[in-house]
Amino acid sequence: MKQHPKVPLLQGALFQLGEVGILLGKTLRNMFRRPFEKRIFIQQLEEIGARSLPVISLTAAFGGLVFALQTYIGLHRYVGVGSEAYGGPVISLGLAKELIPILVGLMVSGRVGSAMAAEIGTMKITEQVDALLSLGADPNRYLVVPRTLASVLMLPCLTLYGDIIGIACAFVYNTYIMGVNRVVYLQNTLMYLELWDVASGLFKAVVFGLLIATIGCWQGLKAEGGAEGVGRATTRTVVIASIAILIVNFFLSKALPSTI
Amino acid sequence: MIKIMDLHKSFGTTPVLCGVDLEIETGETMVVIGQSGSGKSVLLKHLIGILKPDKGTITIDGLEITRLAEDGLQRILRKFGMLFQSAALFDSLTVGENVSFGLERYTDHSPVETRRIVAESLDKVGLKGIEGLMPYELSGGMKKRVGLARAIAYGPEIILYDEPSTGIDPIRADAINDLINDLKRDLHVTSVVITHDMVSSYKVADRIAMLYEGRIIEIGTPAEIQSSSNPIIQQFIHGQARGPITDR
Repeated sequence: MKQHPKVPLLQGALFQLGEVGILLGKTLRNMFRRPFEKRIFIQQLEEIGARSLPVISLTAAFGGLVFALQTYIGLHRYVGVGSEAYGGPVISLGLAKELIPILVGLMVSGRVGSAMAAEIGTMKITEQVDALLSLGADPNRYLVVPRTLASVLMLPCLTLYGDIIGIACAFVYNTYIMGVNRVVYLQNTLMYLELWDVASGLFKAVVFGLLIATIGCWQGLKAEGGAEGVGRATTRTVVIASIAILIVNFFLSKALPSTI
Repeated sequence: MIKIMDLHKSFGTTPVLCGVDLEIETGETMVVIGQSGSGKSVLLKHLIGILKPDKGTITIDGLEITRLAEDGLQRILRKFGMLFQSAALFDSLTVGENVSFGLERYTDHSPVETRRIVAESLDKVGLKGIEGLMPYELSGGMKKRVGLARAIAYGPEIILYDEPSTGIDPIRADAINDLINDLKRDLHVTSVVITHDMVSSYKVADRIAMLYEGRIIEIGTPAEIQSSSNPIIQQFIHGQARGPITDR
């Protein structure tokens, strides 16, 4: 195995952050330059969007169910019988602003981010990235731009889809299983849930999409050392993207206004 | 004309190229020989800007490519075709799409014309009618020949061959040697061939250069190399296990 020179932790972290920054800057610049790789973009839309639907459906459904379950218990135990019907806005707000964007981000980073790192990493170690260069295709424009655009576009769509599934499942659990008054539950939800609550979650999803694609492509492009290197790049992508999503989510929650 | 001057490249603390000087005339076939790991492929990758040298310059037709920005480099790459050691076919594309990849980017041919050139290029390497196959359906030798078809399809002025005969049976390897010679004769293509295969070297080379310990230690026509008094050259071209290279 290749021995990497030892660098201080902070210096190493800053260096890697610089690498990601340069890649991101180049990608954003190349998004507005021709030629645009339409075919790969459409393939990626399908890969990130349509093929993630089953896993997002399950995650959002059970996320909504468990959130509904705990909210019901909390209201029932600490506020009193009958107050469970007021759980609708709390559940919807929590799902739309926090839980669903995070769950979608984590699921997509595991499913798609890792696939990006593996695919580009394999291309890197089998000289396909070099071949792209020799055939006049900039690897950033050919590989990174379509993936990043597709990811940025699809994450909010998946999040909106997850919001609907999660909120619907929470509604079904509370009203059909636990017997909460469905009119009051629905009325409260519609009265207190603002469009901005959903929009801020979608904005977070855009940022997560950018993070997942950039980290996946960055790790893929720097993969070296055969199959082992590709494996390492894949694992790193999932770990780094997941941690980045959780950290960035906190700061976005703090920075975004709670209402407009 | 390709002019490489005082080229240095290290990976970490390991020096690979330590002052390579080499001039390749237009229309010439230059074969670079040397042991595995001696930096031949690294040298080739510098020619198309995949690797940047630590020191030294590479000039192509009077233009120094080592100082070119990305856009300028992309333009000069139009002159090059490269056959990679591992063929480096794009896994997700069919054979036809692989061969037309450079054509679509570098030329304005119509789809019909592109298909015709793809078929013609595949025919030249002895692979007819396999446009629809995926790279995983091909043998190692077939992949290599598709890689060659891809490199020649858009009519580059300079073709770089990284181990063109490795992994191919001797008859096909000889056909590739003939193709290298045909391209030179018919289209006046400049070729840089990296190989271990001395039979192939003697057949295609106008001149042979030996890369050893990061430097070109000898350069000459096949006849001059064969009669070289340098024991390192003699050990290498005769493939002897004992000699100055291995006794160090």
